[in-house]
Formats: sequence, structure tokens, C-alpha cells
Amino acid sequence: MAYGPKIIDHYENPRNVGSFGTQSEIKTRKDVGVGLVGAPECGDVMQLQIKVNDSTGVIEDARFKCFGCGSAIASSSLATEWLKGKSLDDAERIKNTQIVEELSLPPVKIHCSVLAEDAIHAAINDYRAKNGLSPAAPGSAAASIAPSR
Amino acid sequence: MDTPRLPIYLDHAATTPCDPRVVEAMLPYFTERFGNPGSRNHQFGWNAEEAVDLARERVAALLGANEKEVIFTSGSTESNNIAIRGAALMYEKAPMNAAPSGAGGRGHIITNTIEHKAVLDPCKRLQKEGFDVTFLDPGSDGIITAEMVRAAMRPDTILCTVMWANNEIGVINDIPGIGALCKERGVIFHTDATQWVGKMPTDVEAAGVDLLSLSAHKMYGPKGVGALYVRRRKPRVRLTPLVDGGGQERGFRSGTLNVTGIVGLGKAAEIARDQMESDGRRLLALRTRLESQVTSRLDSTQVNGHPHKRLPHLTNISFGFVEGESLMMACKEIACSSGSACTSASLEPSYVLKSIGVGDELAHSSLRLSLGRGTTDAEIEFTIEKIVTAVKKLRELSPLYDMHKEGIDLSKVEWAHH
Repeated sequence: MAYGPKIIDHYENPRNVGSFGTQSEIKTRKDVGVGLVGAPECGDVMQLQIKVNDSTGVIEDARFKCFGCGSAIASSSLATEWLKGKSLDDAERIKNTQIVEELSLPPVKIHCSVLAEDAIHAAINDYRAKNGLSPAAPGSAAASIAPSR
Repeated sequence: MDTPRLPIYLDHAATTPCDPRVVEAMLPYFTERFGNPGSRNHQFGWNAEEAVDLARERVAALLGANEKEVIFTSGSTESNNIAIRGAALMYEKAPMNAAPSGAGGRGHIITNTIEHKAVLDPCKRLQKEGFDVTFLDPGSDGIITAEMVRAAMRPDTILCTVMWANNEIGVINDIPGIGALCKERGVIFHTDATQWVGKMPTDVEAAGVDLLSLSAHKMYGPKGVGALYVRRRKPRVRLTPLVDGGGQERGFRSGTLNVTGIVGLGKAAEIARDQMESDGRRLLALRTRLESQVTSRLDSTQVNGHPHKRLPHLTNISFGFVEGESLMMACKEIACSSGSACTSASLEPSYVLKSIGVGDELAHSSLRLSLGRGTTDAEIEFTIEKIVTAVKKLRELSPLYDMHKEGIDLSKVEWAHH
């Protein structure tokens, strides 16, 4: 697949790679919301983490990790850039079509942008659930890690 | 070690470059020797016919066949269609009007799930038209054995088609065993030998093959030309032609012969016969080095298919927790292919890897690297370093690798399928 320059740039220099702790540490951190979406069998899994200032409700920092194709990596990298500095409500309004436009994703890769939008919503919902705030959108698309290891 | 010229071509199972000796042999047949071999009454036609005859002898020699048994086609896809559909229609048990479409009863065909689409799709079409088709599943080593075929045989079995070597994982099926079984049962036996011929010694007599498909462009010949071997004795195989016309190629394949292509195929066959042994030995050593280096330097990595019953020049490796398309992007200096859905038109991961029990996740994480006559030591050294670096880099990005290191069993995670 021949990709455009913005996808290549995000793929080669991914922004904000990482996490705010291990899966078990993250579970207990109330200031961090995690969105883990996709499935290994489908060929893409995105993990998006947001660190929220609880007094202002603004996303102070964001991190991602991604198992997936170049477009999936670029979409999640771009999402972290856009999330930083946004309020939860504003972050929730990020649409997959904006990601498609910014990265010039080819039609067969639109699902990567949908996955990034799902990850954003899942991370926001996770933060809200941890802090007893009512989730804005019902039915999170996030994966859950079963207690049995 | 010298830096090799980039990019490096490790996709010889997709196609090979034309050998310069092949191109040289072809050139006169575009211009001064341009005649139609069907023109029986002048020098131009005779020149072309002579060239085609020589090519036919060379292809026959590569297969251990008689030259009268070689039919020139446009490549393996056409050869497979002529063989499978042509044999099914010729040997069917009940004519179409006696068996309503889709009801079965026209005869039984045996094939398997890891064939190329150019075999699977003709079989599926025959199934829709009233033939019964058994699609055998290989074991986890990817091999179809004579025992598997024997267990599927029925009194009304008319045709068995099993590839000699698989195009994605390179595993080698028990063709002589299946050939002997088919002979014993009076079943026509076809093999798609596209990846095999020209790389490995081929003897259609010893292997009991009745029909064999090959393509020139997989063995350093030109694209758009191939051949079908059709046995003439014990048994004399008959086929219902799919294309009617001037009756060329014993009526099996009408149409003016592609003389330039056929000359190229003949020359490629001659060179292959000379070089396959030394090429094979050298490439096996390079492939072994490639496999042992990447699997020892990277954890959670596996070579797919049987450990040694494989073509010497091909390897298919899954790198856990890394997606194939992004891995190819990270190794953009290396031209290869992947079983990942993201690299296929269908957006489905490799059905071959699925059939041998490689999970979807590891199918998405696979690379097929196929070496060729021009592959050098320096290229393989570069490839090893590049792959090791790329996998490590992508694992830094992979949430799955983190979870794996934390001891989380990924199969126990409830993933949100989308």
C-alpha cells in the first residue's frame, strides 16, 4: 500500500508512545482513563491512555500503544496529539472522519480511524467510570482483561 | 560485510526476474523470426515451429516427460483450469442434465484447503455445477499425505488435485504417494507444480502424475506463459477443452501460440535443469541462516509449516505481537509479502496459515520471504539485521507485547471485535 506523507511521518516518528503504568497499576489510577479496543485476530489492537486534571477536566497528557498496520499506528499517534489539552467533552467530539481527512487515509483503511475514535471514547468512559461520573455514551467498545491470568 | 544494493528482492515466490539468457533467446522471435507456427507452407512458419518444438523438448526434459505431452498455456492459472475443469467434464459420472445444479452426483473430486485460488475456485465452481468436492485439511505441518487422500477416496472419485509445494509456506506434499494411490484407484491426478518445477527435480513418471501445471515466470522466464503436462500413456488422459478454435496444442488449447513466451519458457527450463541443484543448495544454506538468526534473536517467533519438508528457498515466519503490514513498512528496503489481512485485497488473513492452525493473530504477524538465484549473502545479512531491529521497534509500540510480558494470557482477554 502506498501511503501519504502524513501517515509515513506518524508511522516513522510516532508521537506519545507509551503508557502511564502496567495494566494492573493503571486499573487503580483514578486520574488515568484507558481505552483498549480491537482484537489480535482482527489484526489491530489500540491502547489509548489519557491523564486528566480532575479539577479542570482537561486532558493533560496522552499515550498510545498499537498493534496494527501503518494506518492504525498513525491514527492512534494522531489521536494522542489531538487529545492533549482538550476537555473531556471536546475530546469526545473528535470524529473518525477528521482523522481520515488529516492523514488522507485510503478507503480500505477507514476502519483504523473508527478504531481510534472508539479508543478515545473508551478512554474517556473509563476515566468517568473510575471517578463516578456518568458516561456520556452507552456501550463502550473496550476490551476487558479477565481476572484470571 | 558490504551493503547490498537496495531494495532487496525476497519475493521470488511471487515472481522472478527474467534471466538475461532467456531474454536474449526470445528477442529474435519478436522481429525477424516472427512467424506463426501454424503457417505450414513457408519459412517464417517453419522457423517459429522449430523454436516451439525445441522449447517443448526442453520443458519435457525438465519434467521427465515426452514432448508430445506438453501443452503451452498462458500460465499456471490457465493450466489449472484446463486440467481441473477439462478432466471433470470429460470423466463425469452423470451428465449435467441428469443432475440438477448443486445436487451433486456428477462425480467426486478431492482437493485441499491450502491450494492456490487458481485450483480452489475452479473446484468450487464445479461443486456448484453438481460435482462433489472434498477439501482436505492438512495437519499442522501443512502436508497432505497419501493416507489423507486414501481416506477421502470414494467409488465415484474421478479427479484428485494436490499442489506439489505450497506457495505461502513452501511445504512439500507427498506427490509420489498420492500419485501411486490414484493410479491404483484409476483416479486422474493433477498437481499444481508452479512453485516446484524448476527448483526441484521433477519426474512425472516416478511421481505418477497425470496432469501438471507450471508457469515460466516462477523460474526466471517471462510472465504470461506456462505449460500443462497431459499424460499420453497409462492412462491416456483426455480433457474437454475450455476454449474452441483453431485446434492448436492437440485441441486442448486453441489460439495462436505465444512463440516469444514459449521460447523464453524453453530457455528457462533448460537453465533450471542445469542450475537447480546448486541454486537449491546455496539458497537452503542462506535460508537456514536467516531462520536460525531471527528465531534465536527474537522471542515469540515461529517458522510456519513442516520443519524440513519445505522448498529450500522459501520461509514463512510469524513474529508474535507485531502486525505484518507495519513490519513490512519498517523493512521497506526488503520486498517480501505477508499473511496479514492488511496486505490482502480481501482484508482476510492468510487462509493457508489458518488451515494449518496458525491462529489469526499469528497469521497477521507473518512474513513470507522467498530467495532466488540472485540472492546474496550480504542481502541475507542485511535482512536479518533489518527484521530484528524492526520487530524490536514495533514491539516497543505493541500493547500486546506489554501484556505478554506482564504475564497476561491474551487468549483470556475479552476483545471487542469490530
